[in-house]
Amino acid sequence: MRPFKFSTTADSNEVSKILIANPHARLLGGGTNLLDLMKEDVERPTELVEVGNIDVMKIVSPASATGSVVIPAVEKNARTANDPAIRENFPMLSQAILSGASAQIRNMATNGGNLNQRTRCTYFYDVAMPCNKREPGSGCGAMKGLNRMHAIFGWSDKCVAVHPSDMCVALAALDAVVKVQGANGKQRSIPFTAYHRLPGDQPQKDNTLQPGELITAIEIPRNNFAENSYYLKVRDRASYAFALISVAAAMELKNNKIVRVSIAMGGVAHKPWRASVAEKYLLHKEATEANFKIAAANEMKLAKPLEHNLYKVELGRKALVRALMQAANGGKTI
Amino acid sequence: MTDQKQAADFNEDEKKIIEDMITGDPEDMTIFGVSRRQFLKQLAVITGGFAAAQYIGPDELFAAPSVLAPGTIPINSIENGVNASFNVNGAPVALEVDSRMTLLDSLREKLQLTGTKKGCDHGQCGACTVIIDGNRVLSCLTLTACCQGKNVTTIEGLAKNNQLHPMQTAFIKHDGFQCGYCTPGQICSAVALMDEAKKGEASYLTENIREKPVSVQLSDDEIRERMSGNICRCGAYPNIIAAIKEVHSGKEAAQNWQFA
Amino acid sequence: MAIIGKPINRVDALLKVTGAAKYAAEFNQPNMVYAFPVRSTIAKGSVSAIDSSAAEKSAGVIKILTPENAPQLKAIDPKVKTGGMLGEQLLPLQDNLVYYFGQYIALVVAETYEQARAAASLVKVNYSKEKHAIDLNTELPNGYKPQKVQGEDAQVNEGKTAPVIDATANKISYTYTTPTENHHPMEPHASIAVWEGSDKLTLYDSTQGVMGARGTLAYHFSLTPENVQIVSPYVGGGFGCKGSQWGHMLLAAMAAKLVQRPVKLAITRQMMQTNVGRRPATQQKMAMATDDKGMLTAIRHHTDSYGNKSDFFEPSGKQTAVLYNAPLREITYKIAKLNIGTPTYMRAPGETPGTFALESAIDEMAYKMKMDPVAFRVLNHTAEDPSKKHPFSSENLLDCYTIGSEKIGWQQRKAEPGQLRKGKQLIGYGVATATYPAGRSAASAKVQLRADGSVIVQSATQDIGTGTYTIIAQTASETLGIPVEKITVKIGDSSFPPAPVSGGSMTTASVNPAVMAAAEMVRKELLALATADTGSSLKGRRLEDIGYADGHFFVTADKTTVDSYADIMRRNNKNIVEACTTAMPASGSGLGAPTAPCMEAPIDKEENSDKEKYSFHSFGAQFAEVWVDEDFGTIRVKRFVSVQDVGRIMNEKTARSQIIGGVIYGIGAALMEETAYDHRWANPATRTLADYHVPVNLDVPDIGVHFIGKPDPHISPIGARGIGEIGTTGVSAAIANAVFNATGKRLRDLPFTPDKMLLKS
Ligand SMILES: Cc1cc2nc3c(=O)[nH]c(=O)nc-3n(C[C@H](O)[C@H](O)[C@H](O)COP(=O)(O)OP(=O)(O)OC[C@H]3O[C@@H](n4cnc5c(N)ncnc54)[C@H](O)[C@@H]3O)c2cc1C
Ligand code: SF4
Ligand code: FES
Ligand code: FES
Repeated sequence: MRPFKFSTTADSNEVSKILIANPHARLLGGGTNLLDLMKEDVERPTELVEVGNIDVMKIVSPASATGSVVIPAVEKNARTANDPAIRENFPMLSQAILSGASAQIRNMATNGGNLNQRTRCTYFYDVAMPCNKREPGSGCGAMKGLNRMHAIFGWSDKCVAVHPSDMCVALAALDAVVKVQGANGKQRSIPFTAYHRLPGDQPQKDNTLQPGELITAIEIPRNNFAENSYYLKVRDRASYAFALISVAAAMELKNNKIVRVSIAMGGVAHKPWRASVAEKYLLHKEATEANFKIAAANEMKLAKPLEHNLYKVELGRKALVRALMQAANGGKTI
Repeated sequence: MTDQKQAADFNEDEKKIIEDMITGDPEDMTIFGVSRRQFLKQLAVITGGFAAAQYIGPDELFAAPSVLAPGTIPINSIENGVNASFNVNGAPVALEVDSRMTLLDSLREKLQLTGTKKGCDHGQCGACTVIIDGNRVLSCLTLTACCQGKNVTTIEGLAKNNQLHPMQTAFIKHDGFQCGYCTPGQICSAVALMDEAKKGEASYLTENIREKPVSVQLSDDEIRERMSGNICRCGAYPNIIAAIKEVHSGKEAAQNWQFA
Repeated sequence: MAIIGKPINRVDALLKVTGAAKYAAEFNQPNMVYAFPVRSTIAKGSVSAIDSSAAEKSAGVIKILTPENAPQLKAIDPKVKTGGMLGEQLLPLQDNLVYYFGQYIALVVAETYEQARAAASLVKVNYSKEKHAIDLNTELPNGYKPQKVQGEDAQVNEGKTAPVIDATANKISYTYTTPTENHHPMEPHASIAVWEGSDKLTLYDSTQGVMGARGTLAYHFSLTPENVQIVSPYVGGGFGCKGSQWGHMLLAAMAAKLVQRPVKLAITRQMMQTNVGRRPATQQKMAMATDDKGMLTAIRHHTDSYGNKSDFFEPSGKQTAVLYNAPLREITYKIAKLNIGTPTYMRAPGETPGTFALESAIDEMAYKMKMDPVAFRVLNHTAEDPSKKHPFSSENLLDCYTIGSEKIGWQQRKAEPGQLRKGKQLIGYGVATATYPAGRSAASAKVQLRADGSVIVQSATQDIGTGTYTIIAQTASETLGIPVEKITVKIGDSSFPPAPVSGGSMTTASVNPAVMAAAEMVRKELLALATADTGSSLKGRRLEDIGYADGHFFVTADKTTVDSYADIMRRNNKNIVEACTTAMPASGSGLGAPTAPCMEAPIDKEENSDKEKYSFHSFGAQFAEVWVDEDFGTIRVKRFVSVQDVGRIMNEKTARSQIIGGVIYGIGAALMEETAYDHRWANPATRTLADYHVPVNLDVPDIGVHFIGKPDPHISPIGARGIGEIGTTGVSAAIANAVFNATGKRLRDLPFTPDKMLLKS
């Protein structure tokens, strides 16, 4: 870990200035990702600003008039997941958060930090390896390497990494909006699905945040998914492991007919992957296993597996069906 | 504890330890949690004096609690020094540290509170678990600088009022460890878990997640899931579960070895 | 008073639950500094230049050790017995050659840990790179056929089984593969080196063998062994990777010598993947045949594996020499050299991957013959060592099968796969045999009774979580007739009487006979004093008429005639009665002759590990119930039963813990553990505990442990064999067999991650 200056500035404009003036300055949330990467010498910030004390972060979960819920960026993952309003209205978000990491990490991790956590690609983590994300132009170690954990959708010849977050998969399915503030207090709202990027030619950019911008909150619009939703995560061990594949599946049913559906997948792409092909197929259809199977097959047809992750196509198909089945079943195990 | 022994007379080693202890000026509350003298007595009672007889000198049992104030710690060319004042096990601590220093390293290298363990230094094992303001967290991914004004409880601070924490007693009874290296983290984690269960917090396994949080009685699998952030490579998991179950339910948990 | 065997709490329990037990890295010294290694980023070649200028300027840096300035160590001489065992034949920073990715090539010493780590990242290294060897199958043709495996022939009956196996249709032939695995005890290795002058060294170290560490350090630093002290009172697990000596120990001492201050070198979890040994990958070609009744006629077991900078290779044919009564068995090895950090012993070396292959194959054979896998094993059971033709010292394997079948509910199992399910979960049952050799080595212990009735036992053994502190206290307590509470056990220090490495499951079998013998001598000396003492009510009594308990002797026929130890010592003006003994097994020692003042304990040859006469092995049966998700292929072990025939149980509580710990190690190997190498750089892509998965709490079910509990009459006067490793053996096969029973999918390539299950039709 390189030396850095630690500050706890309260003034958000001041923070933006620091971030713009010093491209090597970083916000410090729970530190569960940033400090890990700093110890690995992957991240080398020269200045850290603690988010906890920044004025604009001090929002307290106001449920807006439209019935949407705003979760503060500095709120801890664990508290967000256990917020009674979230549990009741967006149970899939609670499940997604609770499926990630460990109780200790969820107590530390902030919602903003969760969005901006970086990939777990082993080549990204090992500074002895080539990695376009860490060092643009150095090559992608994973492309022809051990890419069992890597992307099957949306990758480029520059990077095949996946975004590791579980929470973000649920947020993508919930059509959340990322609230950011930039220089001079300028506010912006970014639809969640537009927040994270595909790697393209610039894999070093995980998201569309501009220099100087901080995430202040995440807004989740009201929906009627609570009854029929589920977050499914498949992994190499029973707990405390990143997803091989995960699925956030939510639907609104009227007499077993799907009147609204939203599906996102984790572990498959550089960003949470909205399964829009499957969604399109299912809209206005009966919630049956047969339909789920067709939808899943249609979606996974578009997958482009790498040398070691062919299994994700099959797993993705089955996980889509299972998650949809369970969502249709009131979120209960089938 | 069914096989608890009667309080034993102190043997020579123990007497010597006690003498060494009381020639000092044992404060009642130190960062080590309880007074050394009380603790020693308890040590004899709880395990029938076994442990007092183990490979320890007074230094090892209670490393001198250097009362820590800014300036009294040897500072080796600190870069980007940060001041942080916080409480550790109820006692105030003021440190000036390198901005890079984690809470884990401050505890172990500066405060000689070596009960908190470093297993991976990257948030992947749980050995460094401590309780900050009531929440279990990883001290290896917590900067000391971020602890300003907080209350930190480590394994050394769990025993109170002459008593081991019930979780510590249950771990002894159920042999919830082998090498003991993950143990402080496991116990801190388990202690915080009891609180989480009381508050009705959910886990990924919670079936009726939409229901209002009420104090929950956790199933074995629920305890397993919620303790999965603490790795035990010796494989004491079933014993850890038995210990936690006993504390959680207030009922004796069975152990399942048998002779043929 | 029969305290041996009782499930008493660990005597070190209180220290462990309060954080007071101190591990190597926790012995901070005044004026201490921190070291952080720089590791190679190539796997083969040499370091052509090291530019440490930036690092040297970095704050707090005191010294950067490179081959240019590092203290010279006495070179390795294969002919010299140092008393220690280097994990690899490679001394750090003595030359610029690189043999594997991650090898230590420089060392930064700085005032603080943060400074040392940061400066290490500033050291620039240029290499002259050579083509590395990384693919096992590519390198095997250049490999060698080892002649010996742990003292036995490594090539047995080569080529002899083919005629028998080829001649019948009742045969199976498959290849089973196991990956490279890492030990990952929770406590990373750490050393604090403290020099006193230039000829005395103390090393606080996390080691499974203080004596071995002393030998190695003394030799390479040209010190007299007595001037090297290794202190290791608590060890946060070992599993084999702390059994030999690795580079960081030498580096810590080298750095401390150079900077003339105590140096702490605690290695990182990432270094645990590269620098302290591993279990090498194996490819095991199994074939076997039976007659029409299912009696085995031949077994063939060929192992391909790799080594690097030592002669060690995975001896995975071991159990195949011991189990089942096939009249013909062929066991061979071929070993390649790969540029991977050097392999070493890892929990049940040989048997862990070996039983996976053999016990999976046995299951496949049974299925082929349409026989129940338990019945098949019972039919082919052998009551004597089939290779050596010796009787086993003690063997109750058939009971293990019977008890295990009952406890797991074997009758629920369906002979054909895929018949049981609950929702989406397919349920299956599997069995495998467990076995591990019961070694014993010479060991010494000193027992000291003090006038106040307290006892101190000393031995240079270690407690790596195994319960050694506790069972030594129990052994001394029972032998002396003094309550456990009064016994202090001091171990983990090389200044105590010598004892073997805590490895090979032999600590209990080796050390406790020494403790017992020394305690017996103390008791007998006391009794001799009493019976010769006119002041004693026991004066003139015959020794066989006298019993002992609770710190006194009594006449067995008249329990009111007593004399207490304290009184005897007081009347004879003794402050201390002590004895040091060495318990030397009949066949070989490993430690050499006892050193004064320790004398050899008289042990009848029949109960002293006479390998000429008996074959010493432990046995067990492992039973698994698994639930496999039919869509995802995720496997959960739902129940596990382990029945163990391991001789006398010294402490039911700690013994059970050893077995469940072993089983969990096996669950890890079965379901998730794998060190994967990227062949382009020969680097482990699984660098940390985030990607080298070990089991977490939710991976582990209830584990029922059952002991046969019959003392082994021939291993030692105590009758206990070791239990540290056998619990792991057979586990991955029991799970593989259960997965087959649940799903009809036969996986032969560990670990069974969901991707493999999914791609298998
Ligand atoms: C062992 C381990 C296992 C894990 N397993 C999982 C898992 O299974 N599933 C999962 O989803 N996650 C997992 N995680 C990741 C974890 O969820 C993230 O590390 C965490 O959410 C990051 O939050 P943080 O507040 O600690 O972020 P930090 O580490 O503090 O910051 C991460 C990044 O976000 C930036 N940042 C922080 N706050 C803001 C803000 N308000 N605005 C803009 N930028 C900001 C920081 O500058 C930094 O670049 C795991 C982590 C570990 C260590
Ligand atoms: S996949 Fe992306 S993160 Fe991984 S090595 Fe390639 S460029 Fe780097
Ligand atoms: S040391 Fe903090 S989680 Fe491992
Ligand atoms: S007791 Fe050794 S790691 Fe848990």
